[in-house]
Amino acid sequence: MKSKSIYILLYLLLSVIVFNSFIQDNPYFKITKQDVELKIPKGFPKPIYDFNKNKLTPEGFVLGRKLFYDPILSKDSSISCSSCHQRIAAFAHIDHPLSHGINGMIGKRNVMSLQNLIWRDAFMWDGGVNNLEVQPINPITNPIEMDETLSNEVEKLKHNKEYVEAFYSVFHDNTINSERILKSLAQFTGLMISSDSRLDRYKQGKETFTVTELNGLKLFQTKCANCHSGALLTDNSYRNNGLKADTALRDRGRAIITGKDEDNNKFKVPTLRNIEMTYPYMHDGRFRNLQQVINHYADPKNFDKGYDLSLNKIGILTEKEKGELIAFLKTLTDKTFLYDRRFADPGMK
Amino acid sequence: MATLWVAMSFTTKSSSKLAGKGKLVIHFRNYVDDKEMKLDSNIYTNDAGQPFSVTNFKYYVGNFQLRKSDGKEFVSNEYFLIKEDDESSKQIILENIPEGEYVSCNFILGVDSIHNCSGAQSGALDPANGMFWAWNTGYIFMKLEGKSSASNAPGHIFEFHIGGYKSPANCIRTISLNTHLSILNEKTTSVELKADAAEVMKTPATIDLSKLSSVTDFHNAATIADNYSDMFSFFPSPEKH
Repeated sequence: MKSKSIYILLYLLLSVIVFNSFIQDNPYFKITKQDVELKIPKGFPKPIYDFNKNKLTPEGFVLGRKLFYDPILSKDSSISCSSCHQRIAAFAHIDHPLSHGINGMIGKRNVMSLQNLIWRDAFMWDGGVNNLEVQPINPITNPIEMDETLSNEVEKLKHNKEYVEAFYSVFHDNTINSERILKSLAQFTGLMISSDSRLDRYKQGKETFTVTELNGLKLFQTKCANCHSGALLTDNSYRNNGLKADTALRDRGRAIITGKDEDNNKFKVPTLRNIEMTYPYMHDGRFRNLQQVINHYADPKNFDKGYDLSLNKIGILTEKEKGELIAFLKTLTDKTFLYDRRFADPGMK
Repeated sequence: MATLWVAMSFTTKSSSKLAGKGKLVIHFRNYVDDKEMKLDSNIYTNDAGQPFSVTNFKYYVGNFQLRKSDGKEFVSNEYFLIKEDDESSKQIILENIPEGEYVSCNFILGVDSIHNCSGAQSGALDPANGMFWAWNTGYIFMKLEGKSSASNAPGHIFEFHIGGYKSPANCIRTISLNTHLSILNEKTTSVELKADAAEVMKTPATIDLSKLSSVTDFHNAATIADNYSDMFSFFPSPEKH
């Protein structure tokens, strides 16, 4: 009886070892020097985030990936960054208008996608965060998200053998501090670059569009590209897009940061890359699908007071035009990015 | 006004090498008016006549700049977090100061805009020190927390968390003090700097804790910053009195 349980124990131990080495040796999860080379896609501007001050290394990226997928970051080890930032949704949160933190507590804003972050001058719907590296402090310390302190985070990692080794492999000494946690996370999230959507490929002559998609592209250029501009499909500004004021959350948006009444109900113009995958939409997730989004923009009667005047360019959209715009928006899906193995959960907890 | 008490503690071994360098140790001593600060137990009175105790007092100082009479300057870009509940934090050291006589000492209370925008940092500027706002990025330059029967907040607490490096409330304040400071080669010069927390609640604006017991974002922050801008003075040198 006793020897039987020892065998079972041995078997379990062995399978864990085999499984772990399978993952570690699996080329799918292996990160090479080439994998962490920063390549600025054609037509993209100069990045705002400077990797020269946070030198990309395979070890740094792997540590960032491990942290991103590890619930150890939350107070009760129940959620990780990836709980609300799902790879298949360009790291937004599919079908969650407002995301939940530990103990099922509900936040007040829709999760933004994570892509092309090194070209963002500020983060969050209100632009309150000024540097990619300090952005994760928000979900980590927010009582309704991960509800953890940075100093406790550091203590937990210092007492975890895997992390002690992982940090050593990156920094070649035994120091674990918040700066190193945050810089490693920035290596992982900063390399999330979408630049190979069907639209990108169409522009490079590698792809053809259907007539519907072409019509959608033309409509987009005259009616939407004023704000959703350039390769990033955002001008990084804050605007009031005419949404009916929400009486429940009473989110003032950009005005919370600037203190200016003129910034009331203004929110960051989000990128439209992978928009098909990042539903629901708007800062409060009020629109379930692209049809609802287009319906909102399709008639100036929908716009609440104080809306951005550039919306007047849109005018009234016919049903046909709405369909064409939606067909175009779906050409912004970037499967190369969505299925990029570098960003997959390595499953090593 | 701000003369200086230099601790003549160096052993006399004046090797006057050319372009020698010395150290300056600044001891921060936190006061409330003319009483040395004691957390929790001591009761003080503000200019509005309200009794209060202090439970927490912390602040950032940095960008020290020492100037000689000929205009030559020593500049340090280092930051220090002074914490009333941590003795070791109250003694800071500036190193590699060219020897000579210095007549003024400038520094900022706060953290300059570059360091507010530089992402993750360690040491005094580690956000894990709790002097950092995550949702509207920036360091909290000064925290003064305490209790007062005059406060209408739950638990009769008051809390002033002051920060902000940009509009609408830039709370960085430059402190300029006259001094007489000798830096000698391979020697350490010590000075004591008084930080009077009572100033947080007075001159120019007298704070009435029954009306204003909490400042934790840009609302009213600049008012408090104007108050704390005259919080520091060097201890008078005994031999000049």
